[in-house]
Amino acid sequence: MQLIKDGAFIADPWTHVGDEDALPGAPDAGVIVSLERWQRESNELIASGRPLGVQLKSGQDPSEIARDLEKLALVGLEFPAYRNGRAYSYASLLRQRYGFKGEVRAVGNVLRDQFLYMIRCGFDALEVTDNITPAIYAEMIGEFTHSYQTAADDRPAVMSLRQRLAAKNAAD
Amino acid sequence: MYRYDEFDHQLVRERVKQFRGQVARRLSGEITEDEFKPLRLMNGVYLQLHAYMLRIAVPYGTLSSRQLRKLAELARKYDRGYGHFTTRQNLQLNWPALKDMPNLIEELATVEMHCIQTSGNCIRNVTSDHYAGAAEGEVEDPRIICEIIRQWSTFHPEFSYLPRKFKIAVSATEHDRAAIRVHDIGIRVLKNGLGETGYEVWIGGGLGRTPIIGKKVGDFIRREDLLSYLEAALRVYNMSGRRDNMYKSRIKILVHEIGEAEMKRRVEAEFEEIRKEGRLQLPDEEVERIRRYFAAPAFETLPDQSAELDAEMAKDEDFAHWVRQNTVKHKTPGYAIVNISLKPIGGTPGDISSEQMEAVADLAEKYAFSELRAAHEQNLTFAHVRKQDLRAVYDGLSAAGLATPNIGLISDQIACPGLDYCALANARSIPLAQEISERFADLKLQHDIGRLHINISGCINACGHHHVGHIGILGVDKKGIENYQITLGGAADEIASVGDIIGPGFTDDKIVDAIETIVMTYLDIRQEGEIFLDTYRRVGLQPFKDKLYATH
Ligand code: SF4
Repeated sequence: MQLIKDGAFIADPWTHVGDEDALPGAPDAGVIVSLERWQRESNELIASGRPLGVQLKSGQDPSEIARDLEKLALVGLEFPAYRNGRAYSYASLLRQRYGFKGEVRAVGNVLRDQFLYMIRCGFDALEVTDNITPAIYAEMIGEFTHSYQTAADDRPAVMSLRQRLAAKNAAD
Repeated sequence: MYRYDEFDHQLVRERVKQFRGQVARRLSGEITEDEFKPLRLMNGVYLQLHAYMLRIAVPYGTLSSRQLRKLAELARKYDRGYGHFTTRQNLQLNWPALKDMPNLIEELATVEMHCIQTSGNCIRNVTSDHYAGAAEGEVEDPRIICEIIRQWSTFHPEFSYLPRKFKIAVSATEHDRAAIRVHDIGIRVLKNGLGETGYEVWIGGGLGRTPIIGKKVGDFIRREDLLSYLEAALRVYNMSGRRDNMYKSRIKILVHEIGEAEMKRRVEAEFEEIRKEGRLQLPDEEVERIRRYFAAPAFETLPDQSAELDAEMAKDEDFAHWVRQNTVKHKTPGYAIVNISLKPIGGTPGDISSEQMEAVADLAEKYAFSELRAAHEQNLTFAHVRKQDLRAVYDGLSAAGLATPNIGLISDQIACPGLDYCALANARSIPLAQEISERFADLKLQHDIGRLHINISGCINACGHHHVGHIGILGVDKKGIENYQITLGGAADEIASVGDIIGPGFTDDKIVDAIETIVMTYLDIRQEGEIFLDTYRRVGLQPFKDKLYATH
């Protein structure tokens, strides 16, 4: 597994911590815990002063952590199978509805042909398999110059580009 | 019709390049068939019984002569010289080689066509009324909003991995030819009391294993809000639709499980939030830009009656017969809508050869403003033909073997590909359709029977829409033996209904007799002016059952 964050391949500064595992020794190491553990131990986790992340499974709607988001620096969203696209909506909601500014990370079955859709829905971090290279990533992200629809990223929809073009042509 | 601008062209070109890369990865063995599957499925490539099949999108069923000529050429070059029109207004090629597909779709792109989202669990090709722009009482051309939806849904990042496929249909007349009540979302364009145009939205209709008629959840969605509303509905479905069982994953099951009221509540709550964000507001300029593409062609001012046509009809009984059966009243005086039957007696419903495509393209160019439609009944339509030209159109179609005068009659059947092509089939559909049309080949008899829709599916997936056939036939597997189950009383229009199962099924050597028995029973008991469906709605299953199972 490797991590792509904001387009760069980096060493993962975060640690996934299982429900029964002890927290890592370094007191400032960021941890990603399940929703269940978060709900059980949020007070202790917040008191530890570490960067905190919660990972949602498919079926765990982000509304469940909507009120906690200011305490979180990361939300992980699981793709249990590439076919299961719920997390695209979860990520969109986190960005568009809840205005979450922290990291939104795709975890699980993350196919290269889905990178662009993920980025467009607001994921800024992808956990990918080791065979993905920066060249592959760049190719997958760059396949389409324009998009017909708005999403959680800041690409303008083709519709607005057309209006801009028409306005420019009228001005010329 | 809609023409690509630079943005549309670029997107389709980039898609060709992307798919070329994906096919290359597959052919080199870099990825397995399993890994290739989600990729090819986003591009209309299916693995059939014998070969890959390619499904080409015909957005809302509208084609130009130029496009049809290109399809003819591609069918000849990469396939066996014919194509197949489906109930989704698309065209399928049954035998192209995988290695040729990138070139094939590259050539398609030169005529502004593609295969995007003709398969996979995404928003599929939007379908519409094949009489769009020509139908009487139309609020506005439904293809305007179809094109807007086509663009919005193309590569939608949030909705490309839905629980299941998602089909949208749009109709703009009271009489519904687009079957909006049996779609995941059906949209009816209408006007409110103030004369503003908006949309009535139906959700959760569908056929397949569990046929359900859609529920009306939106009474009047304003034009500028339509995309917000669709996004809301799709988001609710994407988050809450079942993913544990593919037979329970369509939106109709979600609506069924949480109830119509709860569905409406969730969609409306999401809609309010999205509307607040404002980013999906549909600008008037874009609507107007697209509307211009669908402006009515330059109709001449003509008297509604054509003396030439009347004289020809008086002279030639066959021609007169075709005019009465295959043409429909146009909203403009002096014009007619012409339906081209792809159901010759004994033929394969929806099949068309390259030569026939070329003949149709030529006729459209000469007599129908270079434009034609694919109808969901697997026929073609010229939307606008001058009545005085009907004779020439008929002669041209006759020469190409396309003038079968059977639109809406018993031999105008819908049939899925069935066991001849499809890996999922239990039974053959096409040979059965052929046998039935041969049994009722006599046109006088067909006429006497009147409007009767027979729909045939080779398995419960219902691609042949058997649930909404006046008579539906479903292929079931009974211990390895092909068996056919009959339903009666289905309809897909504005009084949509799902057919009722009449009783035990029939083997392939008995099924055509059974259909004949049903039809003869109807002829016996019908009342003046009734078509089969009316009679059925009046008397129910029993009289048919009695006759059908009397001797068993
Ligand atoms: S209804 Fe069944 S047999 Fe017919 S095409 Fe669809 S999946 Fe194949």
